[in-house]
Amino acid sequence: MTTKSQQLLNWVDERFPLTSTWKEHLSEYYAPKNFNFWYFFGSLALLVLVIQILTGIFLVMHYKPDASLNTSGIPVAFASVEYIMREVPGGWLIRYLHSTGASAFFVVVYLHMFRGLLYGSYRKPRELIWIFGTLIFLALMAEAFMGYLLPWGQMSFWGAQVIVNLFSAIPVIGPDLSLVIRGDFVVSDATLNRFFSFHVIAVPLVLIGLVLAHIVALHEVGSNNPDGVEIKKKKDANGIPLDGIPFHPYYTVKDIVGVVGFLIFFTAIVFFAPEGGGYFLEYNNFIPADPLKTPPHIAPVWYFTPFYSILRAVTYPLFGIDAKFWGVVAMGAAVVIIAFLPWLDRSPVKSIRYKGGLFKGILAVFVVSFFILGYLGVLPPTPGRTLVAQICSVIYFAFFLAMPWYSKLDKCKPEPDRVTFK
Amino acid sequence: MSVDQKMDSGRRQLLVATSAAGGVAAVATAVPFVASLTPSERAKAAGAPVEADISKLAPGEMMTVEWRGKPVWILRRTPEMLASLDKTDAAVSDPESAKEMQPEYAKNKSRSIKPEYLIAVGICTHLGCSPSDKFKVGAESGVGDDWHGGFLCPCHGSKFDLSGRVYKSMPAPDNLEVPPHKYLSDTTILIGDDSKA
Repeated sequence: MTTKSQQLLNWVDERFPLTSTWKEHLSEYYAPKNFNFWYFFGSLALLVLVIQILTGIFLVMHYKPDASLNTSGIPVAFASVEYIMREVPGGWLIRYLHSTGASAFFVVVYLHMFRGLLYGSYRKPRELIWIFGTLIFLALMAEAFMGYLLPWGQMSFWGAQVIVNLFSAIPVIGPDLSLVIRGDFVVSDATLNRFFSFHVIAVPLVLIGLVLAHIVALHEVGSNNPDGVEIKKKKDANGIPLDGIPFHPYYTVKDIVGVVGFLIFFTAIVFFAPEGGGYFLEYNNFIPADPLKTPPHIAPVWYFTPFYSILRAVTYPLFGIDAKFWGVVAMGAAVVIIAFLPWLDRSPVKSIRYKGGLFKGILAVFVVSFFILGYLGVLPPTPGRTLVAQICSVIYFAFFLAMPWYSKLDKCKPEPDRVTFK
Repeated sequence: MSVDQKMDSGRRQLLVATSAAGGVAAVATAVPFVASLTPSERAKAAGAPVEADISKLAPGEMMTVEWRGKPVWILRRTPEMLASLDKTDAAVSDPESAKEMQPEYAKNKSRSIKPEYLIAVGICTHLGCSPSDKFKVGAESGVGDDWHGGFLCPCHGSKFDLSGRVYKSMPAPDNLEVPPHKYLSDTTILIGDDSKA
């Protein structure tokens, strides 16, 4: 029997790189042996992506992207989501998995990005991994934004209205650009259908492609680790890194533990608090979209709020162009600037473990202001809050733009030769 | 191809020309795809004028009709409301309606044909939210002690007076739009069409 299956495998291997791919990416991909808790979030992001795609496939079977009113005067799209929730067997669970999955995706991705920040995972030679990662983050934001329109509730409608109108602030091309995005003079059925198309086909394809590129680039150069030292510098006689262990079975097993832990939290939220207290699914979104009436307070979903705060913090016109244009520029720059980290960090060491107090202090201030920005983003603006948001926005950008200087000034400890492992 | 072989420049030129032609064809093919993203003929035609019956509108009351998917407000202003416009003159950024946010016949302080009726598109000129009506004056309005009545946008706090004129230093850059309209009779308004008005 063994020989028969071996023969089959040989037959395949002569025609398709099955065994060699398995070895290259799993059984002979050597990852540092000192991975810690923070290293769960990459594989968890992959898991959530699978959850989103799987639940999405089933939701599309019942959802209808149609803004016209049904016989009861409710938009068909809104009614179809309610239909999934109340009448499709298991529909409520699939829908909650998908809507909670969106929030979980951002939780996991934010932690995954923070891991990179902690251990300098963006430093040479991993710049491209980091850039692909930033693009994944951008695609994810687009995916989430477009998906949020689909239930066609009040927040769906007015959130899209505000964000699409932002593009009209761009000089010269702005008004036409927002017209092309909406496909109509107002957010309408045309907008709903194209967002559906982008959310279901276009962006997921881009996302999967980017994730593939992210992993291929990672496996080309090898994983970083909490010590930020290259394990490839010390190899044994067979050319295997001394501090490396095969990804499979060691890390596949470790990641399964992470998956189980994650699923406990995730399903607890799905079953007991799927709306996340109004943060995962906003209460106003349980009211059908009404183009004639804006809800008294509109705020984006929590994962957008830090960037939304930065957008609102810009209140001064510049060079004769409206403040709202510069707000859009600041919001875009806040995301794009992340991609430049590999060239902004001039520290002699990669990992936070060997960085000095200066860097640690500045990182702490950055994290705190990011949380404050996120908190302010869900609140209506007042002059006082706007001022705080402005200060935090300056800190946000200063963290990146001043990094070439303070990362050099920082008093770092010497890196060890090999990874520390107990 | 061995290294010492010379590049065939004639073939290379042909290659470049073919690639360029292919590129042009690809760009040309993109045209209908991009065009399909612009508003369809049906969306453009949906701008048909709507009639509004204002016979039941009491002084101080406002009604909303839908035109081109947007809310259009019809506010029957009381004499006090009209008088408040003198008080807000100094506080609004474009008191004379100099910017093209209204047809020629509404380019006046009350921004209307008949001062009693304000007809305006209820969409904030900032980011497109629909402002809420705050007709009460003073502290009772919840807007401020010196509030003379008007509209407050819930999204980013832009304030407008009872003529839809935006206050100074607000996120919204312009006054609310006054749509083309005309009176078909004393109690009927046609919104979206002002021919022979």
